[in-house]
Amino acid sequence: MAKNNALRGARKRLTWLMILILGLAALIEGYHLAGRNASFTPQLALDLQGGTSIILQPNLVNGSKLQDGTLEQAVAIIRQRVDATGVSEAQITTQGTGDAAVIVVSIPGKPDDNTLKLIEASALLEFRPVLAESAATNTAVGGSGSASASPSPAPSSAPLATSSASPTNASDLNWIDKATQSKYDALSCRKTATSIVADFRNPGQVDDPSKPLVTCNRDGSVKFVLGPVELSGTDIADATAGTTSTSTGASTNEWAVNLSFKTEGAAKFGKITQRLYPLSSPRNQFAVTLDGYVITAPQTNAVITNGSAQITGGFTSTDSKALSNQLKYGSLPIGFTVQSQENISATLGSAQLANGLLAGAIGLLLVIIYSLFQYRGLAVITIGSLAIAAVITYLMICVLSWRQGFRLSLSGVAGLIVAIGITADSFIVYFERVRDEIREGKPLSAAVQAGWKRAWRTILVSDGVSLLAAVTLYVLTVGNVRGFAFTLGLTTVIDLAVVVLFTHPILEVVSTWKFFQSGGRFSGFDLKAASSGYIGRGHFKVAETVSDARLKKSSKESARRQTIAERKAAAVSGSDSNKEGGN
Amino acid sequence: MSRFSDLGNALYSGERSINFVGRRKIWYSIASVVVLLAVVLPILQGGFKFGIEFRGGSEFRVSSVANQSQDIAKSAIKAVVPAEDPSITVIGTNDLRIQTNQLTATQSEAVRQQLATGYHINASAVSSSFIGASWGADVTSKALAGLLWFVLLAAILMAVYFRTIKMSAAAITALIHDLVVTAGIYGALGFEVTPAAVIGFLTILGYSLYDTVVVFDKIRENTFEVEHSATATFAERVNLAINQTLVRSINTSIVAVLPVAAILFIGAVFLGAGTLKDIALSLFIGIIVGTYSTIFIAAPIYSHLREGEPKYKSAAAKVLAAR
Repeated sequence: MAKNNALRGARKRLTWLMILILGLAALIEGYHLAGRNASFTPQLALDLQGGTSIILQPNLVNGSKLQDGTLEQAVAIIRQRVDATGVSEAQITTQGTGDAAVIVVSIPGKPDDNTLKLIEASALLEFRPVLAESAATNTAVGGSGSASASPSPAPSSAPLATSSASPTNASDLNWIDKATQSKYDALSCRKTATSIVADFRNPGQVDDPSKPLVTCNRDGSVKFVLGPVELSGTDIADATAGTTSTSTGASTNEWAVNLSFKTEGAAKFGKITQRLYPLSSPRNQFAVTLDGYVITAPQTNAVITNGSAQITGGFTSTDSKALSNQLKYGSLPIGFTVQSQENISATLGSAQLANGLLAGAIGLLLVIIYSLFQYRGLAVITIGSLAIAAVITYLMICVLSWRQGFRLSLSGVAGLIVAIGITADSFIVYFERVRDEIREGKPLSAAVQAGWKRAWRTILVSDGVSLLAAVTLYVLTVGNVRGFAFTLGLTTVIDLAVVVLFTHPILEVVSTWKFFQSGGRFSGFDLKAASSGYIGRGHFKVAETVSDARLKKSSKESARRQTIAERKAAAVSGSDSNKEGGN
Repeated sequence: MSRFSDLGNALYSGERSINFVGRRKIWYSIASVVVLLAVVLPILQGGFKFGIEFRGGSEFRVSSVANQSQDIAKSAIKAVVPAEDPSITVIGTNDLRIQTNQLTATQSEAVRQQLATGYHINASAVSSSFIGASWGADVTSKALAGLLWFVLLAAILMAVYFRTIKMSAAAITALIHDLVVTAGIYGALGFEVTPAAVIGFLTILGYSLYDTVVVFDKIRENTFEVEHSATATFAERVNLAINQTLVRSINTSIVAVLPVAAILFIGAVFLGAGTLKDIALSLFIGIIVGTYSTIFIAAPIYSHLREGEPKYKSAAAKVLAAR
């Protein structure tokens, strides 16, 4: 009865395994047919497939000099931004020295506009109070002038301030002097056909944070006069992307970036909202600008002191994710322009990959030969488990390279080949435990169950350590190390899944077969005779190789070393082997 | 069944037993000497050689070449600096980028001339510049922080699971031994430290702890309530556990080392796969050292740390008196 239960459980788990594998395959095939870029071939990394090399030139305004460490700082920030989009193992370096220095970003594949924006945008986020706003005068024909999340502006271009008194706070209209006024009047948020961004700003334009700013929103439909900067990106502790929710908590389809301020920033933000709240429109609005463009200018509906804010502004999900990544890792210390963008070939040829795979195949063959030699019939299970693990790993890599931007590099391939050994260890630990139980005198089926219980603990805690390594390194590191941690974590989880869903149930099933139960020469369980080496039949076997004196000594020692369980087992197996002696 | 399996049976029953715990003074001495060598030998070699990814280097750009064969560039570099193994990339349709370790001004000029001659172009079409480290200080400092956190968390996890901090202490001592020795052998052989090699070291870190935990789990099982045993002392039970898991240790390390050895010897020596050489070497050394240190360092240290505890000491005295 117990045996039947175990078998039923085994069949159930094998069914789950089939569902897992077929499910993964169906997922890829389904999305492939639906025209998404899911595919049964994984994406390759820079070293194997090549990609694009983007040269970023720092914007040096008016002959200013690059400060020491500025580029290194920018490289670190760009690396974090690129890493946040997936596990692509991009290569980011500086090139040249002095003022001729540039940053070279090499990424696999072809970057789309979003990726380029993510890399080059300085992402300088600033909060400025709105002093005046009006509809842009000269919106390009055919441009999508609608879809602005800001409240509709009062169409006014009358002079706003006449006094020349110095302003007392950031919302003071006295900020608008003659020069600012004429700039505002002359500003047209003209758009070009190719860019969604208005081109009234010069590339690399740097605004003085202590002066008012005349600018437009991103789609060029509204122009603004803004007060000096009151809060900036450095006051942000964390930024996440998400959809907004209504007052009842239901999620809407509108994407937003959620900001949480540092303690100091929260206090500043509280003061700003306190000052703006009683003012009349448009001065009760504060504008959030990104690299000089207004992305949103909401009205202050309450005094916010809890240090969190939400920015909306007609974002798509990609927009809001990119923006939150930019904000989280900080703005670049200097602006950049893309100087060139070129295809680069793989540094390692396809020949290298073929060589690596060939070496791996030979290694795998050696493993198969060794396990045949060691485990005889059981080797079929070892090889089967490794094959299942290989299939799942391959499918997972395909899924992850489509969903997570995972790219397989040559060292990634090496990592996967090495994982063969670590995966196989689970089976070895398990088999050795089962053999131990047989040595204790249990029949095969019982030994499989008891051995599994003990092995499972060991496998769980040892894989737990591996998983801990993977998660810690993945969370805390950048670049290649992160890619490695990802592979390690993936193979560890797959190892656990294969042991539970394949190796154990299969062993449960075959342990009911005569071939394995008989403990024949080729079963891998031919242990009973040998196990009684120090009591019954094995006596003469030992005597062949060991002198009598040594034997006496060692059998005394073994008796001394036996645990209670071992002694009981020895007694049982002793009688077992006597019975078997007649066979 | 093979003799190896007989050995397994004999080790399991205790019929044959290797005294790992008792001879710990020998293992400690060997470990001290090896660690000392691992520190001294790389220094004698002139310290670790870090690759271009860590230190930056020189970059040459050959514009508008008709023949983009990488071999011409390779031999041009080798003609000037024989030991150099350049990384060559085709950029766009007919430009070549060649990156090497940092060259002197004279060497750079010589390489430019060689490249111009090799590709039959004017020397002015070859530009040279300095390239910064792609594995910058930010990557290193983050990797180190990650490493420290991992070791700390692993120590806590083990202390909780095994209910004793002494197992964590023993395991982490062995881990440090593994890293020092692996890095030492790597440095002593004069291999260049590349990102792939660092990845290899990190893998070793995981493997070493993994292997130790497997053996320690058997020790935990064997030493459970050993203070009430009338037949065996704590140290003997620890030793029995090492012997009982010896077959598993050998099998696992062979299975893990076989693919790595295949990459290292077949891949690197006969097929010439550059990148695989460094990761395979660090893994090859690391797996062997990791398995060795569990048996000869981690377990003896653990026994050393615990057998002096009063409850185990008095139990052991009784057991020994009864013999």
